[in-house]
Amino acid sequence: MIRLERRPSPSALWTAITPLIAVLLTMLVGGTMFAVLGKPPVQAIAAIFWDPIFGDFAFYYRGQLLVKAGPLILIAIGLSIGFRAGIWNIGAEGQYIMGAICGAAAGLAMYPSESVLIFPLMILCGALGGLAWAMVPAILKVRFGTNEILVSLMLVYVAETILASVSSGLLRNPEGMGFPGSRNFQQWDAAHNTELIAGTGMHWGVAASFIAVIFAYVMLSRHIQGFNIRLAGAAPRAAALAGVSWSRVILLCLGFSGALAGLAGLFEVTGPAGQISIDFNSGYGFTAIIVAFLGRLNPFGIVLAGLLMALTYVGGEIAQLNLQLPGAAIQLFQGMLLFFLLATDVFTNYRFRVGGAA
Amino acid sequence: MLRRTLLTSAALAVGLAVSGAGAETVKAGFIYVGPVGDGGWTYEHDQGRLAVEEAFGDNVETVYQENVPEGADAVRAITQMALQGADIIFTTSFGYMDPTVQVASKFPNVAFEHATGYKRADNVSTYSARFYEGRAIQGHIAGKMTKTNKIGYIASFPIPEVVRGINSAYLHAKAVNPDVEFSIIWAYTWFDPAKEADAARALIENGADVILQHTDSTAPQAAAQEAGGVITFGQASDMGDYAPMPRVSSIIDNWGPYYVQQVGRVIDGTWESVDTWDGISTGMVGIGEISDAVPADLKAEALGMKDAIAAGDYHPFTGPIYRQDGSLWLAEGETASDGDLLGMSFYVQGLTGDVPN
Repeated sequence: MIRLERRPSPSALWTAITPLIAVLLTMLVGGTMFAVLGKPPVQAIAAIFWDPIFGDFAFYYRGQLLVKAGPLILIAIGLSIGFRAGIWNIGAEGQYIMGAICGAAAGLAMYPSESVLIFPLMILCGALGGLAWAMVPAILKVRFGTNEILVSLMLVYVAETILASVSSGLLRNPEGMGFPGSRNFQQWDAAHNTELIAGTGMHWGVAASFIAVIFAYVMLSRHIQGFNIRLAGAAPRAAALAGVSWSRVILLCLGFSGALAGLAGLFEVTGPAGQISIDFNSGYGFTAIIVAFLGRLNPFGIVLAGLLMALTYVGGEIAQLNLQLPGAAIQLFQGMLLFFLLATDVFTNYRFRVGGAA
Repeated sequence: MLRRTLLTSAALAVGLAVSGAGAETVKAGFIYVGPVGDGGWTYEHDQGRLAVEEAFGDNVETVYQENVPEGADAVRAITQMALQGADIIFTTSFGYMDPTVQVASKFPNVAFEHATGYKRADNVSTYSARFYEGRAIQGHIAGKMTKTNKIGYIASFPIPEVVRGINSAYLHAKAVNPDVEFSIIWAYTWFDPAKEADAARALIENGADVILQHTDSTAPQAAAQEAGGVITFGQASDMGDYAPMPRVSSIIDNWGPYYVQQVGRVIDGTWESVDTWDGISTGMVGIGEISDAVPADLKAEALGMKDAIAAGDYHPFTGPIYRQDGSLWLAEGETASDGDLLGMSFYVQGLTGDVPN
């Protein structure tokens, strides 16, 4: 008889090694899947985990890892603060879109000025756009007690519709021959989020995500507001008795995560993406939820998780191209990684007992 | 010492990679927006890739990447192909336009071919097909076949190519059936079977008995089959599995000859940047078998129109044509210029609703 027994406290050892075990299991099962598909399993796995960092063209892929991880980390940091307080912002994708739209609109209103103030203004408007979009579920929750999960998620679809509308209307490039899509910020120096050091992939958004990591760490571990947030999540009644304002925690958490998601959108639209277009959003807001949990809501864990997710994306593309693996096989592989992580996570809080009565 | 050996072997590896990509075999890369099994747009581009393999055998190596999102991820996918030694790269969706131009500027020795866009450079060609010619034939058949006089149209994105298709189909349906009405649903996707099926069902519920689609999946065909008594046309690919009903004909994108020609030019060293816009006459736009569900005399008319377009005797946009607001676009006997067609963002007179913007 094998049964699960709850540990008195989460195991530190297992917390540290479950990600490794999950990666190994994924390699094993994923490798088997590749073999069944008739592709060399070792090569395929090396393409995913090795080539982006050490392969022939690593000089390019290393930078791409940062480009891909930057927005994921930035959004996940914001989300993790709320998740710790038990406030579930599922709509970061929408806040990401609105940040990009507001920031881009503020910039485009100034076109073709080359003032140095344009980019800072766009950053500010990007953050405010995301913040405002997150304030809708926040205020509705504070005022009417609505469920922020539903409201924030539904607002993603509203944001997508607004995105489609502005890219074929309000923000459309007047010189774009009637095609939807805004002007390309990469061709406008004053608004271009360039690489800070050429070829490294390091742009302002990546820098901002590292600043956010440190900020979140300091706030959660050293600041009273961070303590309030953790308390509100862990023991709501104790928090209330200690005079923590629940409304303030809600506004703070949703506002903070919305602003960071908005910033991520702004840095993406002015940098790697280049323009507002109908399908500008590529799911970063949703993937960041996974990154936040993969990183165990810990700021430094989120950095590692963001980089790992980026690795599976970039490496997955390499495997697809070099070995002509089907795209769906790569998605399955990524899914496996998350599945095994959650599955092995059981060992953090539980242990197996063999035999004996309950 | 160890460090040195490592560095040397790394340099050797890079050297090998570079020399392996050059000289005899030409490497042709393809970037796809959907899965190769979509049965529509991407499927036909992949058929073109296979035609290249067949034409050049061992002298060519082809690679492809499917499901590449339009935007920042496309830049990486295209760069990756160029880095890995592709000599010519076909980027097969409109949304790859800026990414293609951006990557091309960094790889001046690689030839780039972008489908359906308008930005060219010394090493960037553009190519597209005159799908509106096929739409004219569809409109003619649709206008005659409809009993409810309601035709549903599943549109993807409000870009000139799609607007042109709607106008062409409408003009030719209206010409044979003055009572015809078009209902247009904008799906904002090229490939999303669930969304496309929903759109088709909504149109059918509102009385449409002809469904035209500018999206790539076969889901609208399946929805029409389920409803019964509704006809459809294959889009991008023949979709012959749904013949003879609901699919009565199709527009087939035939990229093979163009791809073979362009890869051949890379092999010969004669490739240069060109702008290609071909239609029925060169076979880039094919009209799929008109099924027996269409009466014989109508089928003959449709084939007659196809021949006239192929011969250059008939242009689907021949005046008089008025814009939706009632202003004159083309005078009696005048035909549309390519410039007008490429930037078309208005409906013709008689269509209801607005082009989203």
